[in-house]
Order: sequence, then structure tokens, then C-alpha cells
Amino acid sequence: MPGLEPTLTHYLLLAAALLVISLVGIIANRRNVLVLLMAVELVLLSANLNFVAFSAYYNDLSGQVMAMFVLATVAVESAVGLALLILLFRRRGNIAIQTLDVMKG
Amino acid sequence: MTMMLALIPLLPLFAALFAGFFGRRVPRHWSHWVCCAAVGISFILSAVVLYKVVVLGFTEINVTLYTWLDLGSTKLTIGFLVDPLSALMMVVVTLVSFLVHVYTIGYMKDDPGYARFFSYIAFFTFSMLMLVMSDNFLQMFFGWEGVGLASYLLIGFWHTRPSATKAGMKAFLMNRVGDFGFIVGIGLLFATLGTLNFGEIFARVDELQGLNVSLWPGLEWSLLTVACIGLFVGAMGKSAQVPLHTWLPDSMEGPTPISALIHAATMVTAGIFMVARMSPVFEGSDTALSLMIIVGATTAISMAVLGLVQNDIKRVVAYSTLSQLGYMTVALGASAYSAAIFHLMTHAFFKALLFLAAGSVIIALHHEQDLRKMGGLRKLMPITYVTSLIGAWALVGLPPFSGFFSKEPIIEAARFATVTGHTYAYWALTLGVFLTACYTFRMIFLAFHGAPRYGASSHGSHKASHKEHHEAPKESPKVVTIPLIVLAVCSVFAGILFITPMLFGDYFGTSIYGNYVAHDAMARLYANWQGVLHYLLHAFQTLPFWLALAGIATAWYFTLSAPTAADRLVKTLGAAYGVLKHHFYIDAFYERVIVRGTHSAASWFVRGGERFWSEGVLVQGTTRLVQWGAQSLRYLQTGYLYHYAFAMVLGLLVLMTWWGIKK
Repeated sequence: MPGLEPTLTHYLLLAAALLVISLVGIIANRRNVLVLLMAVELVLLSANLNFVAFSAYYNDLSGQVMAMFVLATVAVESAVGLALLILLFRRRGNIAIQTLDVMKG
Repeated sequence: MTMMLALIPLLPLFAALFAGFFGRRVPRHWSHWVCCAAVGISFILSAVVLYKVVVLGFTEINVTLYTWLDLGSTKLTIGFLVDPLSALMMVVVTLVSFLVHVYTIGYMKDDPGYARFFSYIAFFTFSMLMLVMSDNFLQMFFGWEGVGLASYLLIGFWHTRPSATKAGMKAFLMNRVGDFGFIVGIGLLFATLGTLNFGEIFARVDELQGLNVSLWPGLEWSLLTVACIGLFVGAMGKSAQVPLHTWLPDSMEGPTPISALIHAATMVTAGIFMVARMSPVFEGSDTALSLMIIVGATTAISMAVLGLVQNDIKRVVAYSTLSQLGYMTVALGASAYSAAIFHLMTHAFFKALLFLAAGSVIIALHHEQDLRKMGGLRKLMPITYVTSLIGAWALVGLPPFSGFFSKEPIIEAARFATVTGHTYAYWALTLGVFLTACYTFRMIFLAFHGAPRYGASSHGSHKASHKEHHEAPKESPKVVTIPLIVLAVCSVFAGILFITPMLFGDYFGTSIYGNYVAHDAMARLYANWQGVLHYLLHAFQTLPFWLALAGIATAWYFTLSAPTAADRLVKTLGAAYGVLKHHFYIDAFYERVIVRGTHSAASWFVRGGERFWSEGVLVQGTTRLVQWGAQSLRYLQTGYLYHYAFAMVLGLLVLMTWWGIKK
């Protein structure tokens, strides 16, 4: 469909939208650490989308290589995050964020 | 020689340390043996020094023991300057001190603080010797403060009596006022000449002429005058001149041997000695001489008047000491320094004698000091009576006793002096002779003559003391009477033997400097001098002699002949008598204005400065500020992850916006 070919701008807008959604997920989410982890994944994915988009735009593969690295890191990060989540659940019996206030001044 | 000089002050110091540290662990009599022996040897060595100075002609021995502090161009040293002036002082100090040490054995026999007492008086002797032998201001100041400390310790010796502790405190504080002036004087000389050594100061005193110092902007005074007045204020404190005299009568709270040694014979004359020592400096300032002659005359007359109304035997003698110190100060003001030192010496003998005799009476009456409860002791205590009579004659200045030879030249010198105020001084001193005779013989008559009044004391109700008071008072033991006899002999002969060399010969040599052209009182005295015998015969034609006799007669009339006349006189002069009874309200003035003024100023500063500013604003204010800041900031630390994340994002946005704007 000519004319509806997605351009770089569309990709960047999508990535920005993803970032905003994920930030809202981090800031406004008060209940669930699992959702929080997912939102953090989403931040990285929005960054990845930017990498890939620019890589295609400039015809340069190094951006996609970078995206692969980020994916690997994300996988590791979510593994650690889930492990922490399980420990947290074992210790406190819930995973609500608003109860995590031991650092309150 | 240096060794010997060093031993003179050091022996009493070692004795003091021994008695002070080990006195309680060794038998009682060790303390007095050690201290008496040390001071006795000091006396013998001082006599040897005097012999060398006078007979063998070592006119000036100036040795430096060691350098205490080396400040590049300025060296502060410890050394001795022994010339006729200090040699004489050394002999007087060690002799009186030795006699008082011996006397103390009898006087303090039953006191629990026996060793402590000996330690203090030996320390006093050390300090006094350091003061008189010093060759620089620093060491003199050390001795000056040392004797002040000894005086404080000894006045408050019976420290369980609140009045004694208070009197000690008063003496100490009053002397601080004087010492402030002394330090100002020393400091001015040091700042200008850069040296504290007496010899160097005297050699360069001409450099000070014409220099001015600005007291505050717009008011310039001659530097010499300011320095001399400063030094004299120091002397006023130590030698108890009006208006810094109030500590001396109160110092009678101390044991009697102390009153004799410190508050009559030696320490209080330190001021007189210091001014005589500084004579080359004082000669440069007529204003300071004038101040001295006026202050001295005022002290001499006003304290003699107060002596008339005292009932405590020691206070009578104390006021007479004040009055005689006034005479000496007048002599200094009249540039008759040798006359002042001569009177200092004779006064040391007869006043120590009077105090020790008073002490002898006090022990005989079991620590009764009130003259109204004495009387009739003449027969019971013959040695004390005769020796006090000799002391009284000498004090009054009847020929041929020593006081006559030393007091008469002072009165004459006041007449011949050239500085402002000398006429006032002359009449004050002449009238003072009458008053001196009055109060001295009032004391003698009340204590030794008339009917005994001591039996009927209020102590009768106490059963324990009941028995004691019915025993008749008896003569004191030999350790008490022998010092009295030695001092009596000195009081009789010191004047007649030494007047020729000391006043009119060249005994003092260069140790006392007088500007005999501008201040020619001594020269004019010398012009009238025709030998001792003529002087004695001439006495019967002079006003002071007849005034003294009139004084004795007055005292006799009011105490023995018509005792009720005194009461009637008191009633007639009610208001005036009240003024005298309250010591001219000087003590009350100090109490009300200075002590309470300081108190209220201090409490104002405590409330305003300390409580409000230092504690309230600075100390507690800081904590409150930190607390308040922390309190507010802790609300930022909610502990919720999403708040932190939000802050991060916000920060990121702000940063990016800022970068964007910058580009």
C-alpha cells in the first residue's frame, strides 16, 4: 500500500509511545512488582525499537547487533528480577509495591 | 658567691616543699626544725651578703643564673641584683621571718595545720626573697604574685571560718586590681625599651623622656607618667594605699604571726620597695610623684583616724600599719626614697614587735582579741608589756626610739618637697603623729592598764572553758618572748645606729637615684643635718614631738582617767562616729557598687549574652536549624519506588529540556 509505508517517524513515535506507557507503568503502578518488571522490559524494548529503526534507516547493521545485545541483557535482567520477586513473595507473602516502604525517612 | 645568693631563696623553698609534702608523715617538730633552720641559714647568708656589700664594698652584684626564655633580641633571664638596697631588704625579710618562725612554734602549738602553716610561711619567705633580689621585672612579678598567693593562703589559713576565706579572697581580688596597673606599667616599659632588666631600663630611661602614649584618641599623656602611675597602682594594691586598702584590716583573720610577717613587716612593704627600686624611672614624672604624695598622705591620716575606733587589738595595729605605709608613700612622693626604706626597716621591727606582742596577749587570754575584755595585764605579762611599750614608743616616734629617726625625716621631707600636694602631706603627717599616739596608747592602756575585764566574758556559760577562764593569764613561753625581746632591741637601736649612714651617708650609693636638683628634699634635709645628738635634742622643739605627747595624754584621759568621757564623746559625735565605724563606707561602697554592679552586669551578660546568644542562638539554634531542615527533608524520602522513579524521570526531562534550550 503505497503512501502507507511506515517511515522512521512512525517507528520513533511508536517507540516513544511505548516508553511513555512503560513509564506510566512504573510510576502509576502501585500494586504489582510483576507488572513493574514488565514495564521495565518495555522501556528496554522501546529503546530496542529505536535501535532497529535507525539501523534500517541508515542501512547500518551495527544498530541491530546492539539490539541483540540488549535482548540478551533483558533476558538476564528479567531472570534476576523474577528471582528477586520470588524471594520477596516468600518473605512477605505479597508483592504489592505500596507495602515496600522500609526506606521511608 | 652566686651559689650563696641562690641558696638564700632556695633554702626556704626546699623547707616549704618538705613541710608541705612530708609534714604530715613525720613528727610535728620536724617541720619547725627544718623551716627554722632553713630561714635561719638564709638570714646568716643574707647578713654575710650585707657585710660584703657594706664593708667589703661589693656595691653591686649582678648575676644571671640562667636564661629562661630566649626570644631572639629579647632574653628573659633569672638573676639577682644585689646592691645595698636589696641587701638591706634581704636581711630585714629573713630576720623578721626567722623570728616569726620561732614565734610560730609557740603560737600555733596546738593547731592541726602546724606543718601546713610552716610550709606556707617558708614559701612566703622564698617568694619575698625572689622579689627583693630580682634583677628584672619578670622575676619581681613572679615574687610579687608568690607573696600574694602566700598571703591568700595564710589569711584563709583557718579555712573552716567563712570570714577567713572571704578575707583571703578579698585580699587576692583587691591585689588583682593593683596588679593590673603593675602589668600595664611593666608592659609599657617593655614595649618601649624591649627589655625587662632593671639595669638596662635605668640606663635607657632618658629615651623615654618626651615620648607620649595615647590613652584614647585625642588624649595623650607622657609615657613615663602613665608607666609610673601604673607601677604605683601596683604598689597601692600591695602596700594597701587608699582606695585599695580595704583588704588589709580584713586580713587580720589570719593567724597573728602572719599579720606580723606578711601584713606588717614585709609583704605590704613590697610596694614601697618596688617604687624605691624604680626610683630612676619615677624621678622622670612629677605627676606620678605628686599622686604618690597625695595618696600616701590621705592613707596616713584617714587610716589613723579609723585606728581610733577599733576594738579588736589586731585591727588597731593593722590600721596603724596602713597609716605608716602612707608615711612611706609620702616619702617616696617627696623623692626621699632612702627615708622611705629607712622607715620601712624600722617599721618592720616595731610593727612586727607590736603584732607579736598582741599575739602573745591573745594566746594568754585564750584567743580573745577584744580590747574591751582585756586590761590589767601589765603585772601578769611583764615581758610582753615592756616590749609592747617599746614598740608603741617607736611607733609613735618618741626619741630616741627608731620610729623617731625614721618618721621625723619623712615629715621634714614632705615639707621640703617640691611636687604638688606636699603642703597637704606635711600637715596630714604632722596631725597623723597625734592620732598615732592616740590610738597606740589607747591600745596599750586598754590592754595592759586599768582593771582586768577578761574574767566576765560571755564564755562563762560554757562548762569546758569555764575553768580556763578563771585561771589568771600568764606570760607566754620562751619561743614567744625571745622574738619579742630581739625585735624590741632592734626597735630601740635600729634608728639611732643607722640613720647617719642610711639617710645622710652614702650607704645606698647608686642603688637609689634621686634627681637632687629638681626634687631637693633630701638635699635640704642634709643641709640641716648636724649629727644624731643634735637631732635628738632638736626633737624637743618640734611640733610632732609635742603632738605625740598630747596624743598619749589624750589616750590616757579617755581610757584611764575618765573612761565615761569617751562614751559621751561618741554620743555627741554620733554621725561622725558612725562614719568611722563603717570605715568611711568604703567597704560598703565596694560591696554595693562594685561587687553588686559586677554581679548584675554579669547576670545581664549571662541572660543576654550567654543564655540568649551563645546557648540559645548559636548552640541550640544550630541544632534546631539542622533538626528543622532534616525534618522537612525527610518527607522527600517516602521509601516508595514509584516516587523515586518519578523523580528520576522528571529529572531526566528537566535535563533534556535544558540541553535542548542550550543548543
